[in-house]
Amino acid sequence: MADRRHLAGSRMTDHAASSPIVSRRAGSQAWWNAVNAWLLLLPAAVLLIAFTHFPILATIRHSLFITRRNGTEAFVGLDSYRAMAADPIFWKALGNNFWFALGTIPTSIALALVMAVWVNRNMRGRGFLRLAYFTPTVLPMIAVANVWLFFYTPDYGLLDQLRGLFGLAGWNWLGDPSTVMGCLIVMVIWKEAGFFMIFYLAALQQLSPDLEEAASIEGASRWYTFRRITFPLLMPTTLFVVINAVINSFKLVDHLVIMTKGGPNNASTLLLYYIYEVAFTFQDSSYAATLTVVLLTLLSGIALLKFGYLDRRIHYQ
Amino acid sequence: MFARRTMLMAAALAVLSMGARPAAAVDLTMYYPVAVGGPVTKIIDDMVSRFEKDNPDIKVTAVYAGNYTDTMTKAMTAMKGGQPPQLSVLLSTDVFTLMDENAIVPFDGLVSDKAWFKEFYPAFMANGQIDGKTWSVPFQRSTIVLYWNKDAFKEAGLDPEKAPASWDDMVEMSKKLVKKDGANTTRWGVEIPSTGYAYWMLQALAIENGQKMMNEPGNEVYLTAPKTVAALEYWVDLSRKHNVAPAGSIDWATLRTDFLEGKTAMMWHTTGNLTAVKDAAKFQFGVAMLPAKERRGSPTGGGNFYIFKSASPEQQKAAVKFVQWMTAPERAAEWSMKTGYVAVSPAAYKTPAMETYAKSFPQAIVARDQLEHAVPELSVHENGRIYKFVGDAVQAAITGAQKPQEALAAAQAQSDRVLRAYK
Repeated sequence: MADRRHLAGSRMTDHAASSPIVSRRAGSQAWWNAVNAWLLLLPAAVLLIAFTHFPILATIRHSLFITRRNGTEAFVGLDSYRAMAADPIFWKALGNNFWFALGTIPTSIALALVMAVWVNRNMRGRGFLRLAYFTPTVLPMIAVANVWLFFYTPDYGLLDQLRGLFGLAGWNWLGDPSTVMGCLIVMVIWKEAGFFMIFYLAALQQLSPDLEEAASIEGASRWYTFRRITFPLLMPTTLFVVINAVINSFKLVDHLVIMTKGGPNNASTLLLYYIYEVAFTFQDSSYAATLTVVLLTLLSGIALLKFGYLDRRIHYQ
Repeated sequence: MFARRTMLMAAALAVLSMGARPAAAVDLTMYYPVAVGGPVTKIIDDMVSRFEKDNPDIKVTAVYAGNYTDTMTKAMTAMKGGQPPQLSVLLSTDVFTLMDENAIVPFDGLVSDKAWFKEFYPAFMANGQIDGKTWSVPFQRSTIVLYWNKDAFKEAGLDPEKAPASWDDMVEMSKKLVKKDGANTTRWGVEIPSTGYAYWMLQALAIENGQKMMNEPGNEVYLTAPKTVAALEYWVDLSRKHNVAPAGSIDWATLRTDFLEGKTAMMWHTTGNLTAVKDAAKFQFGVAMLPAKERRGSPTGGGNFYIFKSASPEQQKAAVKFVQWMTAPERAAEWSMKTGYVAVSPAAYKTPAMETYAKSFPQAIVARDQLEHAVPELSVHENGRIYKFVGDAVQAAITGAQKPQEALAAAQAQSDRVLRAYK
């Protein structure tokens, strides 16, 4: 738009006589362009504002009020935030979420990359292998949780039956605070890795084979080629996958309902599950709003990091 | 011309709407919680359809919404969304929360004869009667009982017809019942579930130790009383000191399977599971009252019928009719025989069908007999929150994360903060 105005201005000096009309026409054209653009964006914007931005603002507002039993609202300012800072379950849930993210994200991405490189080669049974890796992703989380619940059942679950073969005693996997989080992490990695593999596989197939050929002619080893050529070219995909994995680590709570209900003693509670409990089991919508604001802040922080910083540091083809 | 067409359309509409539903039918939606094994939904569906046959002017839709907590969540959320059910079975202890939310009406104004309330066991009415009004009517009610595997008792050299009568008995017998295969324990002595309804089990132990857990107005809990702490210590010691129960938390839902698989020789569970256990057990088993410390005792448990305020007067009247039909002695007896829940009135136990059943299967009346030792289940304002605090404390102690004293002190402090608003 600025370019065009500049263009119009330069014409103005060249042809002094016709210049006012030309500039007006160019100006109105630019204006119409802007209006057109906004009109095209409008339907999506309306939906976003109605179902995303407005609810966010309403949530922030609601976190500053409490609702009395008779339905009236009272302004309490930051009281709910102070109560939250003093709430040990909140801190526990937040800490759990951190460990959950740390446990699931790097491993599932690394696994996804290895699987993608593996099934990207020409070999027999490739289609079957790809399908096998992708299967966990297709299953609904509730079904997955039920399957894994059987694995983890003490004494006669699959895991303890295997341990029994080696003469080891049964272990109460989900009933012990020291193992429950690890168990959930393993399950989520199993579920997520196949999903991320698909993105890597798509990216790998976009890479030009010339690069690899050139590298092999130059005598580069396979590992060197991967480290210096393939992996850097996959960076945009890696970023996308990382962001998705981080968001998922806050979003996935279905399995908690089936497997642990956040227990024992909150050892497996995640932030979103705690929000659900506060909002719907305890019927405390204003405290739930306060917790939601924290979750929103965390997630928007991650989004800002992606758009503001990481995007600029990555080489897009 | 126009007027005539409008009239015709109106007439057609009227005919259509009359065709869609029988004249003046009342629709009721009922939420129903399922907390035990066995075909509970099928049994309820069958009873509902028989009620509809008897009362063609009332249509009842039963919605199964998960366990008690899930059903309460669904009912509250539906209410806030403006579409509550007209009646629901919910925990008898949710009464304070439902009153606080202004959700329910007492039965007093809806029944023609209040003598009806006297037909039920007083122990089951206790939770629902507040300030001289009856806010709920019992239906899916229970007490905790001890199930024991007679074959395992025989194998361990114990009298298979004698269940432990005291806490010490239970520990001593459990020690004999534990079976090991190298480092692996193939059979535990006793299991008490610590997920889902941990507060309920703790209350049972506290009662037996001679300690009440809450006050009448429902705004105080007694978690740090020395006898409550001692109750939790006993529970923790079963796994940590005596090694007769598995370490870590024991899941409410899978415990029945543990018992049926012979992984534990005894379990504490609701009597509501009785028929499911009876149908699946491949061994002889017995049912006994819970063992005593200072006294016998169990909290009552389970769900009552509630009628929602937002229902129309016709719907409320229809709902009462349905509740009266469901709780009539023959139906209460049938329900008890099919599930194991305690029938809610003494008259139900005098029906010929129940008398015959009890003769062939005496386990069926243990939970009823225990009623004379029973106390009302823990019921306070903000029940959901308090249950979570107590449940967390129990799990913290069971898993060894905290000492019973510390864990209960934390739960007491959290409960006090929440209940302060109701004093």
